[in-house]
Amino acid sequence: MIFRKDDIIVNTISRILIPFIQLYALYVIMHGHYSPGGGFQGGVILGASMVLLLLTRGYDEAKYKFPEQIATLFSSVGVLIYAGIGLLCLFVLGNFLDYGKLAALLNVTPSHARSLGILGVEIGVGFAVMSVMYSIFLDISTGGVLPEDEEE
Amino acid sequence: MILPFDLIIQIFVVICAVAAITVKDLLSAVMILGAYSFFMCLMWAQMGAVDVAFTEASVSAGIGTILCIAAIMKTTRRTKD
Repeated sequence: MIFRKDDIIVNTISRILIPFIQLYALYVIMHGHYSPGGGFQGGVILGASMVLLLLTRGYDEAKYKFPEQIATLFSSVGVLIYAGIGLLCLFVLGNFLDYGKLAALLNVTPSHARSLGILGVEIGVGFAVMSVMYSIFLDISTGGVLPEDEEE
Repeated sequence: MILPFDLIIQIFVVICAVAAITVKDLLSAVMILGAYSFFMCLMWAQMGAVDVAFTEASVSAGIGTILCIAAIMKTTRRTKD
């Protein structure tokens, strides 16, 4: 189990660095369809920022920012966004993940609809990857037993 | 492809790979593996595969190192038997 250590250098550096890591991760996700990067890489970087918070502050403080229940919820929500966009294309009489057919729903040109569709899928992938990375690190570092599980 | 740059990176990759499996301390091995991942990332980037380099840098050097360190935190310095 990870506990907070009162080291001023570690705490200050993590407090300064975490917002910039998250901003960079959002940049990677949002520009995934025309530059290197995408949902998976951006999600990993976003998960790394959460892991840095957990490493420097300990789970006792990190659970107020990002508890494990929310991580489990987000990993399902990410898959739901991905599959939901795919199924939405089925409902407008296209193939699965055929974003061009979403143009009628979004009221834009088909090429613009494809761009928006892949962006939505990447946001879903980013959500799922971020929370799964956080959950894996939490499970490895605690051995699968969280403090609130022991109290019950 | 720039040949001298490629050769230098290749030498560092081999050195890091050999060092990671010969060093005794587990934490040092994980750190050298992280350095190996960064050199592999540079190699992918200079070969033009920027997306692969990005994945290598974020997954292998970032999260992979952290997960290995979390596993090492569960071990002890000396063996029990």
